[in-house]
Amino acid sequence: MLKKLKENGRTVFQLLYTAVTNGYIYGFFGGKIFKGKTKGFCVPGLNCYSCPGALGSCPLGSFQAVLSDRKFKFAFYVAGILMFFGAVFGRFVCGWLCPFGLVQDLLYKIPFPKKLRKLPGDKWLKYLKYVIFAVFVVLLPLTVLDIIGQGSPWFCKYICPSGTLFGALPLFAADEGIRGAAGGLFGWKTAVLVFLVLLSVVVYRPFCRYLCPLGAVYSVFNPIAFYRYKVDADKCTKCGKCQKACKMDIKVYEKPNDPECIRCGDCVKACPYGAICPSVKLKKKKSEEKQK
Amino acid sequence: MSMKNFIKSNLPAIAVVLLAVVFMAVGAWRGEIAVVLKKAVNICLECIGIG
Ligand code: SF4
Ligand code: SF4
Ligand code: SF4
Repeated sequence: MLKKLKENGRTVFQLLYTAVTNGYIYGFFGGKIFKGKTKGFCVPGLNCYSCPGALGSCPLGSFQAVLSDRKFKFAFYVAGILMFFGAVFGRFVCGWLCPFGLVQDLLYKIPFPKKLRKLPGDKWLKYLKYVIFAVFVVLLPLTVLDIIGQGSPWFCKYICPSGTLFGALPLFAADEGIRGAAGGLFGWKTAVLVFLVLLSVVVYRPFCRYLCPLGAVYSVFNPIAFYRYKVDADKCTKCGKCQKACKMDIKVYEKPNDPECIRCGDCVKACPYGAICPSVKLKKKKSEEKQK
Repeated sequence: MSMKNFIKSNLPAIAVVLLAVVFMAVGAWRGEIAVVLKKAVNICLECIGIG
């Protein structure tokens, strides 16, 4: 029992974290969302503020909300929060503190005859998330305005599967009035969600790898964040067991701080020589560490 | 790791954290928290696909 718990420690942590940060149970039954002051602060992961249980705000939704407000041309407050989480955790947020990351992790556990290490064209597709950030999160909310000068959150509106899963579905289930308002846009967003759910069974975390603008932001901080990895060159034999264990298919021994690394820790466990470890733990004297 | 070494090997992260705090303070001073709060305590129609 204890061994099983230890093996699935990250999943248990993700479940607990998601439950605590979405702990407004009443919302799920009443078709309501939480209205307390804690929603003035953003949680680190992609956690829709229209999820009935959410106690905090989604950083990506908040960023677009400020940018699309006619009074502002830049979102200092949310940018500051993103920089803070990025500098402290990097993409540790993705591996441990994101409800939509958890959903994809669970989906990937479903058996499938032929799992893929990555999608064809991965080399280029991984840059799509940066384009989505620039276009749907920044440019369009800032520049496409209605007659009173108000923009809209384009990523939330046309792409985000987290809003559909954690916001729309529970609210639609609990409230007939909201359900009645669903139209073509909801159909589109549901199609995006269904596509990603199915793809997540075959490929590990397709949304995080190719589409998520929040992952794109945190990926930039991976090489400099307080929480990062080092490879002890004295211990590493370049056997490649770390890369084999990595579901994101990263050559850890060459690039321990790759922008795509979500800090799941699988490579650390897989290394037979204990050569990979979080930077804060490694004794400097022993190692001639690599840090890329 | 001594404090000096810690600071030395984390200089970029420390600089970003300090800048982040300044950004958050500037944003709060400009009234951005109210915009975030207003959006977050009302059901976001765009997020749920009906707006
Ligand atoms: S729709 Fe997506 S991006 Fe928008 S607030 Fe919800 S989770 Fe965040
Ligand atoms: S990439 Fe996006 S959806 Fe995936 S875990 Fe990170 S923040 Fe969450
Ligand atoms: S296995 Fe290692 S390199 Fe791969 S995502 Fe997890 S922590 Fe990062």
